[in-house]
Amino acid sequence: MILDNLPALQVVIPLVGATICALIDRRRVAWPIALAISLVGIVISVALLAQVLAGGPISYAMGGWAPPYGIEYRVDVVNAYILVLVSVIGAVIMPYAPRSVAAELAENKQAWFYTMYLLNLTGLLGMAITGDAFNAFVFLEISSLSSYVMIALGRDRRALLAAYQYLILGTIGATFYVIGVGLLYAMTGTLNFVDMAERIVDVESSRSVLAALAFLTVGISLKLALFPLHVWLPNAYAYAPSVATVFLASTATKVAVYLFLRFFFSIFGARFVYADLPLTEILLVLSVAAMFIASIIAIFQDDVKRMLAYSSVAQIGYMTLGIGIANLNGLTGTIVHLFNHAVTKGALFMAVGAVVMRVGRHDLEGLAGIGRRMPVTMAGFVIAGLSLIGVPGTVGFVSKWYLAAGAFESGAWLLSFLIMASSFLAVVYVGRVVEIAWFREPTQAVASVEEAPLSLIIPTWVLVAASVVFGLDAAFTAGVAERAAEALLAGIL
Amino acid sequence: MDSTLVLLALLVPLVAAVLIPLAGGQPNLREGITLASAGILFVIVASLVGPVLSGARPELGGFEVLPGLVVGFRVEPLGMLFGLVASTLWIVNSIYSIGYMRGNGEPRQTQFYVCFAVAIAATMGVAFSSNLFTLFLFYEVLTLSTYPLVTHNGNAEARAAGRVYLMLLLGTSMLLLLPAIIWTGILAGTLDFAPGGILAGKAGPVLTGVLLGLFVFGIGKAGVMPVHYWLPAAMVAPTPVSALLHAVAVVKAGVFTLTKVVVYVFGVENLASLGTADWLAWVAGFTILAASVVALQQDHLKRRLAYSTISQLSYIVLAAAILTPISLVGAAMHIAAHAVSKITLFFAAGSVHTAAHVDHISRMNGIGRRMPWTMGAFTVASLSMIGVPPTAGFLSKWFILEGAFSSGRWVPVAVIIGSTVLNASYFLPIVYRAFFREEEPHPAGAHGHHGHGEPHAHDTHAHGGGHGEAPLPMVIAIVVTASLTVLMFLFPGLPLGLSEAMMETRP
Repeated sequence: MILDNLPALQVVIPLVGATICALIDRRRVAWPIALAISLVGIVISVALLAQVLAGGPISYAMGGWAPPYGIEYRVDVVNAYILVLVSVIGAVIMPYAPRSVAAELAENKQAWFYTMYLLNLTGLLGMAITGDAFNAFVFLEISSLSSYVMIALGRDRRALLAAYQYLILGTIGATFYVIGVGLLYAMTGTLNFVDMAERIVDVESSRSVLAALAFLTVGISLKLALFPLHVWLPNAYAYAPSVATVFLASTATKVAVYLFLRFFFSIFGARFVYADLPLTEILLVLSVAAMFIASIIAIFQDDVKRMLAYSSVAQIGYMTLGIGIANLNGLTGTIVHLFNHAVTKGALFMAVGAVVMRVGRHDLEGLAGIGRRMPVTMAGFVIAGLSLIGVPGTVGFVSKWYLAAGAFESGAWLLSFLIMASSFLAVVYVGRVVEIAWFREPTQAVASVEEAPLSLIIPTWVLVAASVVFGLDAAFTAGVAERAAEALLAGIL
Repeated sequence: MDSTLVLLALLVPLVAAVLIPLAGGQPNLREGITLASAGILFVIVASLVGPVLSGARPELGGFEVLPGLVVGFRVEPLGMLFGLVASTLWIVNSIYSIGYMRGNGEPRQTQFYVCFAVAIAATMGVAFSSNLFTLFLFYEVLTLSTYPLVTHNGNAEARAAGRVYLMLLLGTSMLLLLPAIIWTGILAGTLDFAPGGILAGKAGPVLTGVLLGLFVFGIGKAGVMPVHYWLPAAMVAPTPVSALLHAVAVVKAGVFTLTKVVVYVFGVENLASLGTADWLAWVAGFTILAASVVALQQDHLKRRLAYSTISQLSYIVLAAAILTPISLVGAAMHIAAHAVSKITLFFAAGSVHTAAHVDHISRMNGIGRRMPWTMGAFTVASLSMIGVPPTAGFLSKWFILEGAFSSGRWVPVAVIIGSTVLNASYFLPIVYRAFFREEEPHPAGAHGHHGHGEPHAHDTHAHGGGHGEAPLPMVIAIVVTASLTVLMFLFPGLPLGLSEAMMETRP
């Protein structure tokens, strides 16, 4: 009975939890609820993934209304994988949250923070699990609105501006998305993904469908921060509370990438998108631009969180690059990088968050000499940094390997050299932090700090360890990613 | 049994790296751990030699990272030779380090010994790897674990040197070597080293030439110009680190990788028949001569030695590029010969630095009379660099020349003769100065050459102020390595046997 309703519970539980947190509005109650719900989320998503791997896609009719009339929740390998990713990050973050949130937020706002976190979780899980284009829009807005609030809770006043900027661009993105969905609805008469994919074949040469594709591409690209639609991201990540940054950086853009994959491959169909339209070229050019321009900007940042944020823009370039390469290895690279980058960047932002909690600032100068004061935290930062660079033995290498192999196979050998060249830029910006953290004399503020508390160190190191363990044994992550890529590419072959 | 030994060879230095910080507060215990693990490692590696010589190839089945990407180990003769050289020299280098680090009152010694042990573990990984991916993995670990050693002094100069070091080594390996490996994997369908080469018949002449270029310049540790500059830059590091870079691990990992790629990835016969590898001999020849000319002009002893290393490494590259079995035997021999000789030279430079606080050749007049053991060893090693019997350098040069003659290629012959003259003209003057020039009187305090990255300006101890030999552990280490240089000439059976076993096509 419960097993049958897992798809609904995945989304409903955090939604109910958010409501309870909002109603009680007590910090001491809100955190345990958020923690419990995050842990339950992992169980549900892993169970769903196991079911899907064993028995193929699951279709769940919300409220008993059979698709395509009712809303269908449809779980296949691709989104089960995303659900696991989001839940795992959420659950790893929760033990980390109370100390960090307490250090950065006023007491009366902390319960709200957990409320918004749970809403965000609801939105992201919903976007991933739903099989309905309009339902996805609703969840997209839930996740967006709650992330605006989370960002605005940052104690730096610039957080308000950052949230506002994100609000404007996020709303434009959501509007474009809903226009695209509207056009598709007009042409196909359905909102259900599977149904839509079947009917779109008859009308695909129409201008309306082309326009829908354009609107959807731009709208989703805004949410996933595809260069040059990334401008909201650096400030949002830099000024949000540390926990919010970790969560958003590890999950929000990943779910948007998933939506992108879903529309491109499952609905429009890879043949239509790739064979008839110049989208490959556009994606490749923008991805390469992201990989280089954002990395170079990252090198010149004076703020660690902004630096990592620009690095995220560059890493998103890798993900879209794999979509552009569009063969099995390339797409596997994209999908496995969703997970790999989530753990890597999560670990990095967590380490920075621990420093922020102790030192109170996140500009590079403030980190001078921190390596000898907080050796465990910063060692984690370095290892995760190596994963960002893509050193063998880390998850970053696995992604790079797939992407470069995909590029070689498609004959675009220049592209594989570009992948390597841009990952080399990460050496420069990670190296800058290492030099400042270890070779500078500690400032007065740093000289007196202690190592971060265990409740911050352990979650950080869980992600650090994940970025090494899954870099040495990628059979599971890459295996699932490859099955997902196969499922998506089924239309092209 | 043998595969357990391979596993132990990898684990022993790693265990040391874990134990050393635990003993951080007690320097004697800490150094005891280093020495003990070096001794154990040597015994382990040495006990693999017998089986390998008699034809066994101990394997350690690894684990799969991805389908087709396996971390695995297989001890073949060349790796055996490299592992043996590195594990032998770790013992000597540890003894020397103790004298040097304490004699100079260096800071952060625990960190130093930890990184050193990790670097040795990585070296073992490189030496015993059974495929390109494993080799690359440990190659990168070696770069990263030596970065804290190169920047050990922590001042601005060390930071700048560390940047050059990391940028050049990581840059070349990421931008050129990794694509070459991926490409090889796609073309050959495997990354496992195999006698005869895995690319034989899989790639055309042009593509082979391109891939070889990616490998040669991607393996920055081999120091082929123009990717050599990290070596002189890294000279700011303490002398035991220079010894690690130049003799024990880093550059040797470079030329070892290159030799391994030529023999087991491309295949010697395959490369020779395709004819698109000829450029390599020219590049190596140019590096040999150009680096020697630059070395002539250096007054800073360690810098002169650094350029000498660059030149000597390209002997190995040149030997590989001649593409005859006998020249490749010479290449393998030179890995060992250069290791024992160059470590002696660096040890001597470090001894002079520690005892006399002198880093420049122009200030070394008469120093041989004060430090007879040190400079005597220096002389022996210099002869080996030039290639004079009875030293190891003579043997390897002999094989390389024999290979060049037998293949009828005159460019390598001319290069080797020319560079021998150059080697003599930058090493012999040092020896002459040290033993036959009169010591100059040094006014106290006028000791301007100090501190080329080494912040230990004790002006009262200026050369000429009554110093003697370096601390005893250092002298012992120098004498041992100098003796090894001579012994390798007198009893070349072991390295020669391994080198020749490498060239047999039968596995």
